[in-house]
Amino acid sequence: MTVFATDPGAEGLKAQADRLFARKRLMNFGLPILVLTYLAYVIFAFDVPGLYERASLENARTLVADSYSYKTHVTRDNRNGVVSVAIEGERKGSYPEGTGPDWVALGETTVIDLGNGHIVRFGPEIVEYDIPGYGLVRATPSRSAGVEAELRSGAVPDWINQSRNRLAIKTDAGRLTVTRNRAEVFRYFTGWELFWFTLDSPYHGMGPVPLLRHAFSGEAGAIWSDFWNNAMWRHRDVAWALFETILMAFLGTMGAGLVALPVAFLASRNFTPLRSVRFAMRRLFDFLRGVDALIWTIVLARAFGPGPLTGALAILVTDTGTFGKIFSEALENIDEKQIEGVASTGAKPIQRYRFGVIPQVTPVLLSQLLYFLESNTRSATIIGAITGGGIGLLLTQAIITQKDWEEVAYYIVLIILMVMVMDWFSGWLRRKLIAGSESGH
Amino acid sequence: MADLTADPAGVSDIRSAYIEMTRRKRVYGGLLLILFVALMAAGFRTADDRNAGNFRDGIAHVFDYPAEVLSEAAEKAAQLPGHIVHFFPALVETLNIAAASTLIGALLGTVLSLLSTRGLARWPMLIPVFRRLMDISRAVPEIVIALVLIFVLGGGPVPAMIAIAIHTSGALGKLFSEVNENASLKPVEGLQSVGANWTQRMYLGVIPQVGPNYVSYALLRFEINIRASAILGFVGAGGIGYELRNSMSWGQGRYDEAAAIFILLFLTIVIVDQLSGRLRDRLTHGART
Repeated sequence: MTVFATDPGAEGLKAQADRLFARKRLMNFGLPILVLTYLAYVIFAFDVPGLYERASLENARTLVADSYSYKTHVTRDNRNGVVSVAIEGERKGSYPEGTGPDWVALGETTVIDLGNGHIVRFGPEIVEYDIPGYGLVRATPSRSAGVEAELRSGAVPDWINQSRNRLAIKTDAGRLTVTRNRAEVFRYFTGWELFWFTLDSPYHGMGPVPLLRHAFSGEAGAIWSDFWNNAMWRHRDVAWALFETILMAFLGTMGAGLVALPVAFLASRNFTPLRSVRFAMRRLFDFLRGVDALIWTIVLARAFGPGPLTGALAILVTDTGTFGKIFSEALENIDEKQIEGVASTGAKPIQRYRFGVIPQVTPVLLSQLLYFLESNTRSATIIGAITGGGIGLLLTQAIITQKDWEEVAYYIVLIILMVMVMDWFSGWLRRKLIAGSESGH
Repeated sequence: MADLTADPAGVSDIRSAYIEMTRRKRVYGGLLLILFVALMAAGFRTADDRNAGNFRDGIAHVFDYPAEVLSEAAEKAAQLPGHIVHFFPALVETLNIAAASTLIGALLGTVLSLLSTRGLARWPMLIPVFRRLMDISRAVPEIVIALVLIFVLGGGPVPAMIAIAIHTSGALGKLFSEVNENASLKPVEGLQSVGANWTQRMYLGVIPQVGPNYVSYALLRFEINIRASAILGFVGAGGIGYELRNSMSWGQGRYDEAAAIFILLFLTIVIVDQLSGRLRDRLTHGART
């Protein structure tokens, strides 16, 4: 248009195009440079180079290895010579006294076969480790002299750690630690041991086919209860925690919807002519949203204590603000003609709202509610970690112990599955409930 | 319908059928409503039972804690500006976590979304793979990755940044790929005809079309990520959340600091909300005209 008005001629047009190109070039190169500069600043602000020193590769290795494998501890108490075998060294995973897996031969001299020719012997006095390719290592723990180790002559390899009171040998097959008070062997296996049944259950180690046979011969209840009450993996508690998390999301989202809907009428231009009321309501929504879910959680946890109710209320309060805003905008966008139509038949205000307004906003409301239900499942996990409820709590507890990484991995898988199922479910419900209205849009 | 000269019997048939249908609808609606109310009530009772303190006792004390904090803050009102200045660097750290993770997440999300949009993908065979990848990274709550990374990398802003960036890449990737589907393929074909490779086609042919929408979504994410980074700070990832937890676990006597942090956080969220809302409005309206 401006071209017609000023008629700049060929020269002017070229200058214009040049300017445009120069600006585009500046944008095209300037923007990436700006982004890179900011990222470089962040790298220094967050001290990423220093991270290299702080990061613990050891921790990372334990974490990864532990999440898909488990270790069995064979421990000999040097004071009384008793040998015990326990999975992950936990009491819940101990073999009954005098028994062990088939690679541990208990006796006066306990022989532990670590596989690939690695043999550890717990004698009455002496602990021996036969390492293929290196030779025999012999250690004599005693209360007076500490741990006397006999190694092959020559330099000590770096996988053997020896001091006066301690001998530690780490090989691919396992790990042996001898101290004055006890000798301990770890052997590593792949998998999540005791996931189905603990050792005290008669069904431990049974294959699926015999298990089914037992189930059909009337032991289904016992099998289920052994699995459900598994002390190691606590399936019952985990199921409850998942349920609690979903409950928090459900109560919070739906409660917020119920509270926000009537209030949204007060905040929308076409239903509340009073400007001051509208303004007050809008600021209330802004306030509820602006005070973050984190702060609401803290404040509510003080009043209600930790638990799922607190989480649900925190979600409820925050989302009331969000829903209030969304709903009032939806209400402002409705078609007045439908209300007029309903009013022309002599409908009272309540009926006008019921038949003129609600059917118009229902699709928007429902789809928002369901969308938030899914995203709040994730928030409920996070809020649960802070207030202490649901799967978030279990996860933080497992991480704090810093050794149950297989449980952490399990919980993470469950959380991801839970969120994906909720995502799918809310999508399905959305299609189901508003399929008809969507075609009308 | 076809039979316009219907006899009165037909009309009454239609009417009774209609009334029947309305009644059935009403019954279904009523049943759904009853089910919903029952679920809410049962859910509320369960949550109330499993909570440490119950709802009826707690509701009276909701404002006790804020009142305590505010009264102490009011007593030491003179110190508030000092606290606000003192905690400002922590706030900047929280904002930096949010901004950096939004940027990185948006870049990753752009690549993922381009790789998983039909017609634009570099390897059309792998579209489902990239889609699932986005689904999974969207489903992981930030706190999961952050806590695991804190164990490996030690506390600080980097674990939080990575955790939020991963979640953001999934969330934005999905929105971006919806935008991509509406992009015109003509510039891409034009670029292809002059021998541009995939990166050039995307950067020069697609990004300029979808840029405003991308930025608008990324701004919305930035708002969300500020909240997320404050929460992650609370579990040990640095920033203002960490300071908040410290001053809170101290309890009475340091409530003025907690109040200062509350104020900072509140103002930041409100200001960023307003600014980005205005900017987004301009972006989408600019795209429309």
